[in-house]
Amino acid sequence: METPVAQSQPSRAIALGSLSALSAGLPFLVLFVVGVALPLFGGGYWGVIATRACVYWVLVSGLNLVVGFAGQIAIGWVALLTLGAYTASVLVAGNVTPPFPPYLALVVAAAVGAVFGLVIGLPALRLRTFYFAITTVGFATIVTQVALAWQSVTGGGVGVAGPIFPPPFSSEWGFYYFCLGLAAICTWTTANIASSRFGRALTAIRDAEVAAEASGIAKPALLAMVFLFSGAVAGVAGGLFAALQSYITPDAFTLDLSVLFFIAILIGGRSSIIGPLLGTILLTVLPEFAAPLVAWSTFLYAVLLLVIVLAIPGGIAEILDFKSRRPLDSHRAIIPRPDLLPRLFGSPTDGSLTLEQVALSFGGVQAIDGLDLEIRPGQVHGLIGPNGSGKTTTLNVISGFYVQQRGIVRLNGTALPARAHNKRAHMRIARTFQTPRIVGSASVLQNVMIGGTIDGKGTFAESLFSLPRHRRDEAVLRDTAMLALSAVGLERLASVRIDRLQHSELRFVEIARALMLRPAYLLLDEPAAGLSAEEIKRLGALLLAIARAGIGVLVVEHHPDLIFDICDHITVLNLGRKLAAGTPAEIRTHREVVYAYLGG
Amino acid sequence: MLESIVLSGVAIGCIYALIGITYNVMFSASRVFSFTAGALGMLGGVLGSLFIAQVGMPLIAGFILALFGGVVLGIVTEIVAVRPVLKSLDQHLYVLSTLALALMVQQFTAIEWGTDARPFPRLLDFARGGFDQQFWLPILACAVVIVGLELLYRHTLIGHAFMAIAEDTYAARALGLPERRLRMTSYALAGAIGALAGFAGGEMLLAFFGNAPLLTFYGFVPVALGGVGNNRGAVVAGLLLGLFQQAANFLVGGIFASVAVFAVFIIVLLVRPEGLAGAALQRRV
Repeated sequence: METPVAQSQPSRAIALGSLSALSAGLPFLVLFVVGVALPLFGGGYWGVIATRACVYWVLVSGLNLVVGFAGQIAIGWVALLTLGAYTASVLVAGNVTPPFPPYLALVVAAAVGAVFGLVIGLPALRLRTFYFAITTVGFATIVTQVALAWQSVTGGGVGVAGPIFPPPFSSEWGFYYFCLGLAAICTWTTANIASSRFGRALTAIRDAEVAAEASGIAKPALLAMVFLFSGAVAGVAGGLFAALQSYITPDAFTLDLSVLFFIAILIGGRSSIIGPLLGTILLTVLPEFAAPLVAWSTFLYAVLLLVIVLAIPGGIAEILDFKSRRPLDSHRAIIPRPDLLPRLFGSPTDGSLTLEQVALSFGGVQAIDGLDLEIRPGQVHGLIGPNGSGKTTTLNVISGFYVQQRGIVRLNGTALPARAHNKRAHMRIARTFQTPRIVGSASVLQNVMIGGTIDGKGTFAESLFSLPRHRRDEAVLRDTAMLALSAVGLERLASVRIDRLQHSELRFVEIARALMLRPAYLLLDEPAAGLSAEEIKRLGALLLAIARAGIGVLVVEHHPDLIFDICDHITVLNLGRKLAAGTPAEIRTHREVVYAYLGG
Repeated sequence: MLESIVLSGVAIGCIYALIGITYNVMFSASRVFSFTAGALGMLGGVLGSLFIAQVGMPLIAGFILALFGGVVLGIVTEIVAVRPVLKSLDQHLYVLSTLALALMVQQFTAIEWGTDARPFPRLLDFARGGFDQQFWLPILACAVVIVGLELLYRHTLIGHAFMAIAEDTYAARALGLPERRLRMTSYALAGAIGALAGFAGGEMLLAFFGNAPLLTFYGFVPVALGGVGNNRGAVVAGLLLGLFQQAANFLVGGIFASVAVFAVFIIVLLVRPEGLAGAALQRRV
């Protein structure tokens, strides 16, 4: 069934997307033109400052993906600058090897930076926030100490001369253009990543890690790529930094510098490229205007950091986000379009998702105790029971967040591996959450697109340079996401920042995100909580239509009207055990169920 | 040789343990680690040197004022960097706010006190020789603090209130405990302990602004390895750290000793993120 709405919406979204891409690119273009024209305005000293800003930005652009997007508090990134600077300088000087040509040395610096970016970064996979922050600080301290002690290579406290690039990049402005070019490339590539499925996945890891995992996003692989990239550009920045300084000693690489990089990102704002870019320029240039305050600069950075954290956690980017201040239509209704669902799904599958004698206890509490359950494609299965009866626990076992102590979960007869929560998405098992898990600063559309992350074909490297496969992925994801949003009835809010939505709308967004997986099974955790009676009716119709399109739907719910209206089969839990199972009509009259709910 | 390694290892280990306890006392009250722990230690040394050596105050007065400086910084930490971000604990803003405050203290000290390490005055002139004041003072301080905290937590009403807050903030508040005041008291106490660490270790570490980041890191190692909130664990891990560091110092030299400490720290944490004595937390979905 072709409908005009479904036809026009995605294409309009694409048109809007390219328009907003153009307007988003404008500030970068202006900055670049100013950068290119800079030699016309100023004398030599400003050239040094501008070059320094470019060098810093090369590093900050990569760190921005780690801090601003992935939300990892990596404070000691100056360690990578140090490593890059010493690698490039020592190789060109020929202290250990025959002298390298500068460009080759810069490439080696990038490689060294990438490797150590991975080494510093990977503990983030295991360690909690403060632990990770402090290991990066410790690493930075140690790199400087090693540079000081390893005299035969680094020259110790005396230092080593930085590399000199051959003409045309040997003159001051020549070197400036070299750095400006690299800075522009870094801006372009990180902006590409930011607007790709990888960028969205990073923000999902930051703000909604559980939802990211349920969408099949593999945190280790993704973070590893980001750390490699970020380390590589930091290594390059180090090489450039050494060339700019013309002579480096360990004193040049204090933790203050790390703090500067870090604060530049926070001033700029999370999930933004332009913000941190402006932040970097600001922090590089500011001390030049306040010469008497140079000694106090780090103190002032620290004050700035405190003020930002306490007063404007959103940074420059949020201040510049005028669009999100326009009021939204306050009388908006969610009108799902179940007729669009068949276009989202492929042909329905046979088989079933079954639980056999599953049991799990937390400490002394038996959360579920020998539960059998079967979810069939095309049917709605309701899971009800009093609080603490093990409903959500059951859902968490199926989606792999909890590991059952006994029993098996089978998909079409094969046992599902325990604990592999980010593999469930690949098996087309999608879910929603009791409290919606969303990326608050992203748009509704971007949030829905997160659900389709695993269906992208292009690699991280292809996205870096916006190659055809990346662009095709994005177009497909955008179209599918618009379709999913239309199906749940929220297409008009696609470009709105999601944290401006009402709670009930978030529930539907989560369903749209789950639909992006083209699920064979859809697990919903109290989807009707917080919805009005009218909205519950529409939700019921939507869920029923999803099931009839060939999907196995499991609904954990408290609202009896919803459950009795739409379920084909109901399982009642009490204290982790199955109290009753059957059709709505059977359950309604089941004596023990009535007891459990109304008291005996 | 062995004797001096053991002595200095135990002494420096006691300082690390005290900073670890500083972290713990703040954490128990607020579920927050604060970067100011190292700054407190640094401040203890600097203030002690300032009041006793520069101003020429009597020993006791200088000691009390140095501790008082720590108390003030502890309270300021709570008011400025912790309380405003407690509402959104999951955003980890405390990492940044306490880092900012610690940097401010460190930079202020660097500018006003100078960037050179200055000597810390000798306090009491007895027991010269092997078992010097610079060794026994940190050991004594650590013993006093750990015994004092045990007594406080187990045998006083306010100590029970601290424990209640550490166990379950919401339940404690529901019981009518003045959570905010208890938290501030905890931070004041932590400030005094941190300053005591720096004061007692003054002769070993000198009065030097750069001690702040070092103590922030080395003081956190006992917390991470000994188990969060576990003061006895912090003492054991602190002593092990001190001994390991001094032995490595002697065997491979100062710089690579820090590398060794860092490597061991990372490896242990990666293998057991909850620390050697801690229990794994069940994740919430």
